[in-house]
Amino acid sequence: MACRGVVRSVGVPLFDYALPNAFDELIDERGRPRPSAQVLCRRIADLPREEFLRRQAAAERALFEAGITFNVYGQEQATERIIPFDVVPRIIEGAEWDRLEAGLVQRIRALNLFIEDVYHERRIFKAGVIPERFVELNQPTWAACRGVRPPGGVWCHISGIDLVRDRDGTFRVLEDNLRCPSGVSYVLESRRVLKQTFPRVFDELHVRSVDDYAERLLETLQSLTPNVIDRPRVVVMTPGIYNSAYFEHAYLAQQMGVPLVQGSDLIVDDGYVKMQTTSGLSRVDVIYRRIDDAFLDPRTFRPDSMLGVPGVMDVYRAGRVALANAPGTGIADNKVIYAFVPDMIRFYLDGQEPLIPNVPTYLCARDDDRQQVLDHLKELVVKPAHEAGGKGIVVGPHATDQQLAEVAEAIRNDPANWIAQPTLSLSTTPTICDGGLEPRHVDLRPYILMGADRTHVLPGGLTRVALRKGSLIVNSSQGGGTKDTWVVNGKSPGQSARSGGPP
Amino acid sequence: MNRTMLSRVANAIYWMSRYAERAENAARFVDVNLQLTLDRSVGLEPQWRPLIDVSGDLEAYEQRRDNFDRDTVLEFLTLDADNPNSILSSVAVARENARTVRETITAEMWEQINSLYHLMRRSTPADLDHLFFQRIKRSAMLFAAIADNSQSRGLAWSFGHLGRMIERADKTSRILDVKYYLLLPSAEDVGTNVDTIQWRALLHSTDALEMYRQQHGTIAPGRVAGFLMLDRAFPRSMAFCLDRAGRCLDDLATGDRRHATARLRRQHGRLQSELRYHTIDEIITGGLHEYIDSFQQRLNAIDDAVHDAFFRPINAEPTDAAGNPDAAPQLQA
Repeated sequence: MACRGVVRSVGVPLFDYALPNAFDELIDERGRPRPSAQVLCRRIADLPREEFLRRQAAAERALFEAGITFNVYGQEQATERIIPFDVVPRIIEGAEWDRLEAGLVQRIRALNLFIEDVYHERRIFKAGVIPERFVELNQPTWAACRGVRPPGGVWCHISGIDLVRDRDGTFRVLEDNLRCPSGVSYVLESRRVLKQTFPRVFDELHVRSVDDYAERLLETLQSLTPNVIDRPRVVVMTPGIYNSAYFEHAYLAQQMGVPLVQGSDLIVDDGYVKMQTTSGLSRVDVIYRRIDDAFLDPRTFRPDSMLGVPGVMDVYRAGRVALANAPGTGIADNKVIYAFVPDMIRFYLDGQEPLIPNVPTYLCARDDDRQQVLDHLKELVVKPAHEAGGKGIVVGPHATDQQLAEVAEAIRNDPANWIAQPTLSLSTTPTICDGGLEPRHVDLRPYILMGADRTHVLPGGLTRVALRKGSLIVNSSQGGGTKDTWVVNGKSPGQSARSGGPP
Repeated sequence: MNRTMLSRVANAIYWMSRYAERAENAARFVDVNLQLTLDRSVGLEPQWRPLIDVSGDLEAYEQRRDNFDRDTVLEFLTLDADNPNSILSSVAVARENARTVRETITAEMWEQINSLYHLMRRSTPADLDHLFFQRIKRSAMLFAAIADNSQSRGLAWSFGHLGRMIERADKTSRILDVKYYLLLPSAEDVGTNVDTIQWRALLHSTDALEMYRQQHGTIAPGRVAGFLMLDRAFPRSMAFCLDRAGRCLDDLATGDRRHATARLRRQHGRLQSELRYHTIDEIITGGLHEYIDSFQQRLNAIDDAVHDAFFRPINAEPTDAAGNPDAAPQLQA
């Protein structure tokens, strides 16, 4: 057959890669590398298998030696590990990325306007676009944020929006992370390591650079300063060394050249937030806090918090310190509000249509939806509305009868806490397994920075991969790994100039 | 140059540096005895108990060990995770402190202390020979060299260097003190061949042999002690360490904490002057061990003063942003 001939002449063996029953990021349905992946696939196929595996091992060692680790709780011996890392990158074609970037900016703008609206006029409820009962306005954390006006009207300064690709290759939004999304340090460090792994491929391709992220982050944070001074003092605030993302907190502070503080380093004094230094107290203007709202200020939120700064919310409300992200963004960061984001985009952005669609979502709080969900449990993925990290998810087709019965019961008892979505066939990408390459499912978390005057999207983002065969769960807490994400044939000027070759 | 630094960070850098230096000195300390065992032909039985006596850990040792043979003492001083002053524990504390200030120190410093830590974690009692302690010593020296050659001369470097100098002054005094203990059971050896070999091993363990020879020629006990205590040019002598610590204080003593800083300068200046103007004959006449003992106590007082001058949190003004006079946070001292 002619078609087979094409496969032989153009195709790349890639260690007998077996095509998946899903959209593959690097290989098309006829077994040929997609245009943007040709250089990479040719290079991999040219490498002897041992050499290829040696590079994988070298990359893992480089990450471990640089201490790119996360903390594992409850294991005294080896409390630090690297997240499994796979050297075969995921590739996104430049024009496709440009469309995604526009869609991400559109979405984050609408979410930001929604948060501002919820804490002030509440126009969207009055217009009947979102029923007010779906928003937990009375939760104490959110009540403390009412009427606050953060600098520039920006609430979600640093966000991560999780995307997946379905069977026909359409990108869809899976989840919005507006609180403290983590993982960007893995993007930056795995890029550094991959430049050593595939230097020649970097030479040939124009992979859009991620190197200026720390610079953009610092600009974003400095733009929030409420105090009129030349060089605002920015700090990164961490819960401490035992937090699972501590490495990232330290890394970002180091890359920006700003102090990494803990709650005990800060004090409210004379109406300002100040830090304890070797020469006395010193004022802080902007806090990039990697600690949840609930722990931020024991006087306003949880009184038992040992991690926060007593009185910091008063200084914040008085406009004398900026907090990023602003307290209260979490109100728009759950799986129920998620379902309404397309409506928000139309409402706040003059009737624009969403550029990146949602995954269709049933809200069990709605009578019709709930009946649909209960009737089709075996085909759906059911999720608790207010959990993160893949917790509590029941995948219908893989669940036992008993699990289905339990979740049905839970839905009837507390319908507002449950949503359901059709089972997606997540896209795959070639991943090293048992010395060969096999398709594994991936998602993508791009990072968006929104300052007082400009918005920046990091090209690519964190690709998370489900390392277990057939698994759809990519969370690092559940055995997921990561890959570098390349946006190639860079059409965007300015970026390509910087992305040059390997060191 | 950045003229201010978080007290917690400065504290962590100071202790990171002290513990790295402590690990290095512990390796030297053990190595001097291992070197002596190689010279048994001269009729000297190597003694391991004085190493425990001088480190101040005798009580902890006797609770869990019932003899003072080579392997037991070596294991306790090197790999025992329950001994807070073992090399393994010191390296672990240095690394843990480094981990809390990774954003402030350089990546090369972190990678070096991290690799030393993993080396210690991999080691077993069977590894504990002369070459092993050489490796530990070199690895810790490399850490100090990286700190010196990758950091700007700002606050982070000064606090690290201050910690290293204070720790080193203390440890050189302890290594010298070992000699006192070694001689106790056999006072008749003084001035004999055995005695010379011991002093030579002592110089060797502080990497002082070549520098001593260039300065003084033959080995004479009084001159060796004088060299390690009072020489102003040798980088492991107590006087040198006090001088360098003083230079760090010159760079650090600015800002709002004047009272505590003045007290620190006073204490440091007095001790530094004594080392500068005492002669070794006066010290030996008054008792070497007694002198070293008092030196160590005064060094501890300087360490306390460093804490007061730079690390201790300042309490807030008794009002907050909302004007509430109550509940001003009392940070722990």
